[in-house]
Amino acid sequence: MISPFINIANLTKTYKKGKTSITPLENLSLEVPKGEFLALMGPSGSGKTTLLNLIAGIDSPSDGVLEIDGNDIRGLTRARLTKWRSSHVGYIFQLYHLIPILTAYENVELPLLLDNMSKRERKNRIDAALDLVGLSDRAHHRPTELSGGQEQRVAIARAIVHDPGLLVADEPTGDLDRESADSILNLLDSLANDHGKTIVMVTHDPKAASAAHRTLHLEKGVLIKSES
Amino acid sequence: MKFFSLALKSLTRNKLRTLLTLLGVAAGMFLYAAVETMQHSLAIATQSNANDTTLVVYRENRFCPSTSRLPEHYGTTIRKIPGVREVIPIQITVNNCGASLDVITFRGIPPEELKQYNPDLRIIEGNYDDFVARTDGALVGKQFAKRRGLKPGDKFEAVGVNVNVTAIIESDSPQDNNVAYVHLPFLQQASRVGLGIVTQFNVKVESSDQLESVSDAIDETFKADQQPTNTRPEKAFFAETAKQMIELISFTRWLGLGAVAAVLGLVANALLLIVRGRVKETAILQTIGFSRMQISWLVVMEGILIGLLGGVLGVVSAFAFFHFKSFTLGNEGLTLALVPTIDVLAKALTIALALGMLASLYPAWKATSRPLIQTLNA
Ligand SMILES: Nc1ncnc2c1ncn2[C@@H]1O[C@H](COP(=O)(O)OP(=O)(O)OP(=O)(O)O)[C@@H](O)[C@H]1O
Ligand SMILES: [Mg+2]
Repeated sequence: MISPFINIANLTKTYKKGKTSITPLENLSLEVPKGEFLALMGPSGSGKTTLLNLIAGIDSPSDGVLEIDGNDIRGLTRARLTKWRSSHVGYIFQLYHLIPILTAYENVELPLLLDNMSKRERKNRIDAALDLVGLSDRAHHRPTELSGGQEQRVAIARAIVHDPGLLVADEPTGDLDRESADSILNLLDSLANDHGKTIVMVTHDPKAASAAHRTLHLEKGVLIKSES
Repeated sequence: MKFFSLALKSLTRNKLRTLLTLLGVAAGMFLYAAVETMQHSLAIATQSNANDTTLVVYRENRFCPSTSRLPEHYGTTIRKIPGVREVIPIQITVNNCGASLDVITFRGIPPEELKQYNPDLRIIEGNYDDFVARTDGALVGKQFAKRRGLKPGDKFEAVGVNVNVTAIIESDSPQDNNVAYVHLPFLQQASRVGLGIVTQFNVKVESSDQLESVSDAIDETFKADQQPTNTRPEKAFFAETAKQMIELISFTRWLGLGAVAAVLGLVANALLLIVRGRVKETAILQTIGFSRMQISWLVVMEGILIGLLGGVLGVVSAFAFFHFKSFTLGNEGLTLALVPTIDVLAKALTIALALGMLASLYPAWKATSRPLIQTLNA
């Protein structure tokens, strides 16, 4: 059997602050095969963002196994984890989080600045990514000149421009109207189906979750139900 | 470099903020460069070096050029003292004896002797022979000429002396560039001191190690005379007579230091505000995979750019200011020209760069001091 793209076993995350400690995730196990589009649902405070951040290498677990694409990312130092993120993960935020002073093109360029890449090669990649999200004609607009849906599509272009195998999205449609949300979901769907990206998406919206291949429910740090 | 253009964008796309910071830095660096120019000019005018061979012979106990009256014939005696290479009698007339920003100094000299006494004099405009030929001709030092906008052919009047500019001169000796040389008998009559009386003798000795022995010998020679003399190296004399002015200029050193501290504080504060204002952006960059080092480097580059751009603005304006204004501080007939130099320019720019870098260290560290996960959640 091939090992899954995301392999999580007995994962625990505890936050300590002084004498009190919070354990949003406890003994969580999860396998996600390559190319799957997974939706994570659950009430507020159930640990969805915490899990997403662990998978994305932004936070480190307290205990358990955490392997992405065969790499044990628990063993990485903070600096190495940062480097690993720069080539393996694309992060999509609820509030897009584009850099306001940079144009769409320049925002998408950011991950590529970390690679040794010629300007022309960068341009080819950025053009392709913007084309994929359907915003070639908005390349030189600033975020303030774009609609929310367009901003989120720029953010997706930025998340895929360096061709990471893993995309994580924290409520990517949470701030969008139905129509924009649907176009974002279509885009994510096609990234999984046509481009082989493994996607983990947190959402509160059942309609959004239904776009995914599979939906998991988190409750108080435990996966309680899963459906296909 | 890719990061450089990112830092540059952060500055150019926050125009007002950047402009205000740059103006502050420029003002501070202007002050610093101005102070340095004064200090530097003062050092050149008062610190003696091995090439100095000039002695000035004054009347003992003189206070101003007007109270120094020596018989012109002393020159013949001085010339015979061993170690003396050249002697020239000089009558000095100034518009203001005390410390002043706008001194006009006439030096009356025997025109035929000037060239021999001072072979380094270069004519940059006009003609030396015209000067010798015209009784009221004047050789005007280049600083003097620039300050008053004089060129050959101009007439010029000050302190009751009417002269015709025949040539503009330049010399390695700073005093020459700030005076107007005129014919000795002409000035003696125009200033009513009378023929045969001069203010001082300038004496060149064979080598700088003879300055002391020759000056002692000169004062010894006239000790018992009606008009005893006081002989000192030119720069030492200036350092002594202009003591208060020098103290004042030395004090400005603190202003320079204050300016540097102000620039440091200003840039550090501006960068801290910048860093605070983009906590979220920093977290996004870190999520994308920018390392702490790279984020810090971005901040440092912005600091360097602010320091350098503000520095260039301030220092170059200071340079231009002193260059075109040609300030001359004078005291008792000796002058100090505030001349901006490339050395000062380079030093001030280096300081500006260093300040930008130094000021950015704490903000650069601060930018990434909070763990990423906390900033993202904030
Ligand atoms: N950095 C942190 N330090 C301390 N406690 C934290 C931290 N991050 C999250 N928590 C706690 O962990 C629990 C889970 O938080 P998390 O953000 O994962 O919830 P969530 O499921 O994403 O909620 P929401 O739907 O509201 O976004 C919460 O009780 C929260 O207070
Ligand atoms: Mg959340």
